[in-house]
Amino acid sequence: MKNKTLNPYVAGALIGILLVLSVIVAGKYLGASTTFARGASVIEKTVGVDYSKFDYFTTKKGKYGPGSLPNWQLMYVIGIALGAFIASKLSGTFKAKTVPAMWKNKFGSSSLKRGIVAFIGGAIGLVGARLAGGCPTGHGLSGLSQLAVSGFIALAFFVIGAAITARMLYRR
Amino acid sequence: MSLLYGLITGILFGLIMQRSGILTYEKQIGALRLIDMTVFKVMLSAIIVGAIGIYLFKDLGVIKLSLKGTSIGAQVIGGLIFGVGWGLLGYCPGIAAGALGEGHLDALWGIIGMVFGGAVYAVIYPFMKKYIISIGSFGKISLPRTLGINHWIVIVVFSILIVVLFRLFEKKGL
Repeated sequence: MKNKTLNPYVAGALIGILLVLSVIVAGKYLGASTTFARGASVIEKTVGVDYSKFDYFTTKKGKYGPGSLPNWQLMYVIGIALGAFIASKLSGTFKAKTVPAMWKNKFGSSSLKRGIVAFIGGAIGLVGARLAGGCPTGHGLSGLSQLAVSGFIALAFFVIGAAITARMLYRR
Repeated sequence: MSLLYGLITGILFGLIMQRSGILTYEKQIGALRLIDMTVFKVMLSAIIVGAIGIYLFKDLGVIKLSLKGTSIGAQVIGGLIFGVGWGLLGYCPGIAAGALGEGHLDALWGIIGMVFGGAVYAVIYPFMKKYIISIGSFGKISLPRTLGINHWIVIVVFSILIVVLFRLFEKKGL
């Protein structure tokens, strides 16, 4: 595999085909964010927290509870990491690093500082995704491909919120 | 079998995204700062192809739609909250998994944060359900049904708008 990036429009078309094939073959629309909420319920169960006191983990027949794992989406999320690992290793683009270059230029090379903001960002992001009912894959890709009204609204506000945040972070 | 399909689909998705170079913080934040539109090019072209394929096979009776419920409160407020998180972390949930696979170890902190966020959401869910999700809740609706227009007309118009946007990106060298 040569170290040449795939044209973004070709990559997008391939992802679109992948979505359609997934729905035809497995009956699954793509989405990722629910897995992290399910992961939380599994951890709570493992460390002995009474997860059943949270309606969210017992609602819809335990759709978001610990009994829902392992499932299609968990394997899908693990697969993304694996696929990216394989592709980056084969193309020689794999590089372990703790602080992205753009971040370093603005906020310095502290991996602790970057880690803390990444953690907070992940936590806020997941709360928002669960409230909205999906992430850019579930609402954006799968939702807009079905022309869902929810997808149009969610993707618009994902981008508005994120663009404002990025602009404020990187304000001169 | 479902688990295997999930794994294979994820691997292919990870491969394509890695080769298109969109798994980095720079590409994600670059798109959000409106200086590099690669991420939006990938996403929007996937949506055009996806919409054509989904509605083609739906019309043929091969597949069914699986719409998420529309709630103005949930998608506007949840969307903005998600956006703040995306801007801070620089990776959305699916991208974070891929970024980690490519060696961006900061994505791991984001993933741990996401699991924590999932636990937080379970705590505040009753409040959200009562006061936020209930605002402007319209159920599982699609744009063509809501407008009363044939879905292929919506797809054609939507695709044209996206292609116009692509031309603008290319013209501006984004």
